[in-house]
Amino acid sequence: MEADTKHKKPGTRLCCACNQRRAALKRPKTLEQICRECFYAVFEEEIHQVILENKLFKPGERIAIGASGGKDSTVLAYVLSELNRRHNYGLDLFLLSVDEGITGYRDDSLETVKRNELQYGLPLKIVSYKDLYGWTMDEIVKMIGLKNNCTFCGVFRRQALDRGAALLKVDKVATGHNADDIAETVLLNILRGDIARLSRCTSIITGEDGPIPRCKPFKYTYEKEIVMYAYFKKLDYFSTECIYSPNAYRGFAREFIKDLERIRPRAILDIIKSGEDFRIATSTKMPEQGTCERCGYISSQKWCKACVLLEGLNRGLPKLGIGRNQGLNSDAKEDIKKDGRTKSIESKQCGSLEF
Amino acid sequence: MHLTLEFGGGLELLCESVKVHNVNVDVPKGADKLTMKDLLAWVRTNLIKERPEMFMKGESVRPGVLVLVNDCDWELSSQLDTTLEEKDVVVFISTLHGG
Repeated sequence: MEADTKHKKPGTRLCCACNQRRAALKRPKTLEQICRECFYAVFEEEIHQVILENKLFKPGERIAIGASGGKDSTVLAYVLSELNRRHNYGLDLFLLSVDEGITGYRDDSLETVKRNELQYGLPLKIVSYKDLYGWTMDEIVKMIGLKNNCTFCGVFRRQALDRGAALLKVDKVATGHNADDIAETVLLNILRGDIARLSRCTSIITGEDGPIPRCKPFKYTYEKEIVMYAYFKKLDYFSTECIYSPNAYRGFAREFIKDLERIRPRAILDIIKSGEDFRIATSTKMPEQGTCERCGYISSQKWCKACVLLEGLNRGLPKLGIGRNQGLNSDAKEDIKKDGRTKSIESKQCGSLEF
Repeated sequence: MHLTLEFGGGLELLCESVKVHNVNVDVPKGADKLTMKDLLAWVRTNLIKERPEMFMKGESVRPGVLVLVNDCDWELSSQLDTTLEEKDVVVFISTLHGG
């Protein structure tokens, strides 16, 4: 049989589910050979099951879908819309987009979200860094250089999503994070010794004790399948790497996960399972949750990360809040100690530092 | 042989922003068929104008790039050993970008 299939042309195998149509793809999750129609059905049904089993939504809820115009959020908007209709979830769905102010990247992808608004009939709200913080990412990068961009952007985006969600008066935010993303995050947190994040990052619902919880319906969905779904269904999405991302640390974890997937696709789900089953030793010191003194946002330090970063930007101290011991000269350290705002970097608890 | 190649998911940027290419690829000397392996090498030499490491790693595509031959996942055939025929359509889609 092996010799037979060595030079076989694709398109000659039958779908293992219906045994009628020709197989169009091999599912990384199960290694099954499946045709388009059966693929659509199983893809959508699995997500429906994840939503039910994890009780992600309740009837009557207003849900904001974090929409960037990229593959995951576009497919999420499409599938959630469809499942909401098909299974009567009774949800009011919205698209929520964040404009970080990255020329040539975000302005183009926002055009895609505007098209999605029309294509899927979901009302769209856009919140911008400029309005919220007074800085666009382009301006931030000009000040801080090409390192640590993702730290600023990630921190600001999380808050921006919350602000947007509050403006829309929604009950929850759904994001398109997929299995590959979460596996990468587990690895990233291990590589950085970020125990606090490690303990939270595989949760399918986060922030339940905060104002607006978030959920990840694609937690067990492979990136490859999302792209294939979008391709076969001809869904409109924007696909360029953020111009500032090549320097991101996450790139290493992603490369590794992709290589791993090639050898053993199941590894992605297994890493997530490992992440879910980690238990933190009771002797490990964990940060306590409080609120930011400056803005009231959720924070484990006196000031939330966004406020620390903004302070750095506005005072021309681009390294404020970045890294463990670098960047701050002794003068700046003295300043901080005098004002009593933040303790020195060395005394920060695990989970409170970022790249 | 005449083939249609499509680049998506951002890969088109490596080919001067052209998504669809109608090409004519010669079967390598001494071989009786054109394989995907041959095609990839040809693409790297003739179509990829910048950052080839975003498209290929070693002899195959970079992990994270999906390949479809006549709308079928190449994992269903023999990936690099898949043989191509006249008028086949090969699609390369990168998944390596924000979602």
